[in-house]
Amino acid sequence: MTQPILHVRDLAVAFDIRPQGAWPWTKPLKLHAVGGVSFDLAPGECLGVVGESGSGKSTLARAIVGTIPATSGEVLFEGQDLASMSVSERRVHRKDVQMIFQDPLAALNPRMTVGDIIAEPLTTHYPQTPASEVKARVGELMERVGLLPNLINRYPHEFSGGQCQRIGIARALILQPKLLICDEPVSALDVSVQAQVVNLLAELRRDMGLSMIFIAHDLSVVKHISDRIAVMYLGKLMEMAEAKTLCTVPQHPYTQALISSVPIPDPVLEAARKRPILEGELPSPLAPPSGCVFRTRCPKAQASCAEAPPRVEVLEGDHRVACPFHAPMDVLERA
Amino acid sequence: MTKLLEVEDLTVTFRTGDGDVNAVNGLSFDIDEGETLAIVGESGSGKSQTAFATMGLLARNGRASGQVRFDGTDLLSLSQAKMNKMRSEKVAMIFQDPMTSLNPYMRISDQMAEVLTLHKGLSKRDAIAEAARMLDAVRIPDARARITMYPHEFSGGMRQRIMIAMALLCQPRLLIADEPTTALDVTVQAQIMSLLGTIRDDFGTAVILITHDLGIVADFCDRTLVMYGGQIMEEGATTDVFAAPAHPYTKGLLRAVPRLDRDDDVLQTIAGEPPDMSRLPAGCPFSPRCDIVRPECTATRPAQEAFPPERRRACHAPLTEVTS
Amino acid sequence: MTMQSVAGDVSGAEVIEGRSLWQDAKRRFLKNKAAVVSAFVFLFLCIFAFFGQFLSQYDRETIDFTLMGANAYKGVPSFETGHYFGVDSDGRDLYARTVQGLRISIMIGIVGSLVAGIVGTLYGATAGYLGGRVDGIMMRTVDVLMSIPFMFVLILMLVMFGRSITILFIGVGLISWLDMSRIVRGQTLSIKNKEFVEAAVAIGVSPAKIILRHIVPNLIGVVVVYMSLLVPTMILTESFISFLGLGVQEPNTSLGALLNRGAGALQSGVTTWQFYFPLTVFIVLLFALFFIGDGLRDALDPKDR
Repeated sequence: MTQPILHVRDLAVAFDIRPQGAWPWTKPLKLHAVGGVSFDLAPGECLGVVGESGSGKSTLARAIVGTIPATSGEVLFEGQDLASMSVSERRVHRKDVQMIFQDPLAALNPRMTVGDIIAEPLTTHYPQTPASEVKARVGELMERVGLLPNLINRYPHEFSGGQCQRIGIARALILQPKLLICDEPVSALDVSVQAQVVNLLAELRRDMGLSMIFIAHDLSVVKHISDRIAVMYLGKLMEMAEAKTLCTVPQHPYTQALISSVPIPDPVLEAARKRPILEGELPSPLAPPSGCVFRTRCPKAQASCAEAPPRVEVLEGDHRVACPFHAPMDVLERA
Repeated sequence: MTKLLEVEDLTVTFRTGDGDVNAVNGLSFDIDEGETLAIVGESGSGKSQTAFATMGLLARNGRASGQVRFDGTDLLSLSQAKMNKMRSEKVAMIFQDPMTSLNPYMRISDQMAEVLTLHKGLSKRDAIAEAARMLDAVRIPDARARITMYPHEFSGGMRQRIMIAMALLCQPRLLIADEPTTALDVTVQAQIMSLLGTIRDDFGTAVILITHDLGIVADFCDRTLVMYGGQIMEEGATTDVFAAPAHPYTKGLLRAVPRLDRDDDVLQTIAGEPPDMSRLPAGCPFSPRCDIVRPECTATRPAQEAFPPERRRACHAPLTEVTS
Repeated sequence: MTMQSVAGDVSGAEVIEGRSLWQDAKRRFLKNKAAVVSAFVFLFLCIFAFFGQFLSQYDRETIDFTLMGANAYKGVPSFETGHYFGVDSDGRDLYARTVQGLRISIMIGIVGSLVAGIVGTLYGATAGYLGGRVDGIMMRTVDVLMSIPFMFVLILMLVMFGRSITILFIGVGLISWLDMSRIVRGQTLSIKNKEFVEAAVAIGVSPAKIILRHIVPNLIGVVVVYMSLLVPTMILTESFISFLGLGVQEPNTSLGALLNRGAGALQSGVTTWQFYFPLTVFIVLLFALFFIGDGLRDALDPKDR
């Protein structure tokens, strides 16, 4: 593997939660949203992160971008530790790492014109840029993401969800970042528009040589766009492998359950599929289970799972799995 | 033979600041006892308004015309009081967000018992016992103890189960589920869908499932009805529709969904955006995005055309051109 | 939404102007007939307050000695004598005094709400955006200031420093922003959690710019509505103080002071016009302002955003 563009080691994020009615001086509870996540991202690679709500995938994204401070661990971007930088130092580095948000309309300031929104990163980091050049760059990018440049003076509410997401993408790309973090970029969009945006992102990634972290709860979309996929559950990495391997022969019981829960739009296949349904619900992140966090819902759980967090095993093809009882399972096979 | 629910030429109109908007335009369909029908569509397709009109739950500025016959009675002409009775006893509905129909200030036991004491004349005590039994049936662990809790004390998946339990209290013959799992995680979605499946089989309830997720439809429904721009694009047995879509929209939609079991490099897309209901194009609503659009598509609305086996579609292009 | 129009613009190369939320609000405001009429009434009152004195042949402090001792029957409102609103008990022209009183009242109202608008918005937005300890200290300060009985302090100030319009302005300005800062802080807390603010942070925009460019413009709807409702409140406050006999000093006057004098005349039952003319102006002004505030609230309704 070449020098990774992003190197994340034991990244942890905890929030202080003050129980209702507590005294101001009592110690707040710690909510471990992300607990010790490590991975590398190669230049030009796309890492998909899947997980259900409460898995900490969005918090992970924000800790890498730096809108939420990391509690411990390192985030090395091109060899520099972003997590330990001061706020103002960090602001300078922001131009290399950009983010796309889930709710396309909410991510755009309703009082600003589309042109001003897209230009904001440029005018923030290079305030000297002449206005004509800013306008030319904005026009160029709008065209690139499939918007008509003559809509530059319109306001976000005059666009549909898909178009708003394109505006968000244009804003993220104007500084030519090296790493793009997409937090559920298509989950608020209609199916037919979702495909357009996914294709656009894939195309931009190829053309601009972007590295990407693509976060979503929809495994089918993530699989489509990513080279590798990381599966998260309750703040921990469960399994990480090459996208196709992970979706066809997952090793971790959680990944297996996740994949078999995803319905496939093919009635014949659906009828033939055996679907072990995961029982129960996500435990409270304030009081996560001891040892392996998945053990309370795991079909393979043993007494030993409660003792210590499972060690990450590295299988063939850099397939990482955090379960001692892992075994491949063909989840898509027809019975 | 009369069907359980027959909808004929249903039109839903909303009075808005910019004039009248037709959310649903001349919709006709029916559903048999114990059958499962999917109504599939994107935002603005009118799928939810169809359900609301059927249930008499349209927003105040909305008006429904046409006929909705349930077991021979026209629901649209029923008085408010009779409709209420119908809603609680024979037709039930569950929503995307369970909190919209659960009263946050009432215990689950009281909310569920209220329905039974009101409509079945049970005593409060019997009603609560019956409610607990129903919560057991939707597999809420420790139902007897948790029945006295308030809605916010349950997780999203549990609330949806409670909603289902409430909907089933009077053993309705028809259950309308409007995006019941959209707000839930996939593993919880799988739980809820399997629960709905069990209930359909155990109680013989007919289910109309309104969703945008083609995967759930494939898994769950006998028949599929595809809506776009307030109109039916096509209808047929789920296996037939998915195997050989007869409308360019359905075809495009099926190709636009990424599939876990396939490796396509580029997703096929449908150009353009979902329609603006206040400015629907003349003719076929899908014509601006259709890749086999013909001159007549932009001028006249295609008629419903039936073809074997028990399917219908609304498209000017010949069937062979679409399926090829 | 305007998808169709957007799609239809393909051919035109020229830049299409967008319709901002302000323009939407303006359109809604203009549809509200009561508000539009009130806006014109208010405009008319302002013109009247600032230029009305040129229509009069008398000024506000000269006593008309020709009417000496006969105010009650010679000083009645009349166009012939030029005393359009009659004269007051001292024989001064009531029209000129009403114009001047209205001017003071409108100025008090506008100054009060402007101070509230500017200071309160910046203070509240800063406290809300920065959060944490800064927020705690800033908002507790406001709590402390609010716990001081303002009317009492204002009256004390007027007694200590002498009755003057400046003290009145300062006093009104000092308290008017407290409520505003609380309202703005609350709004800021909800705006702060919107994704566009997070996007700005991720881009690397500085906190000061985020407050000014992303938070404040989205607050302005609330601020404008509250400011428009604050104008009549300020006018009422001033009238109350002046009614007590503390506010402005003779020969200057304000609507409250005029009403005070008028109320006295009402008791004697003779020169009752002294009460009714200022009262009419006062009521018209307040109604106009409330309708404008109402119209603004509907126009800028956050629900439509």
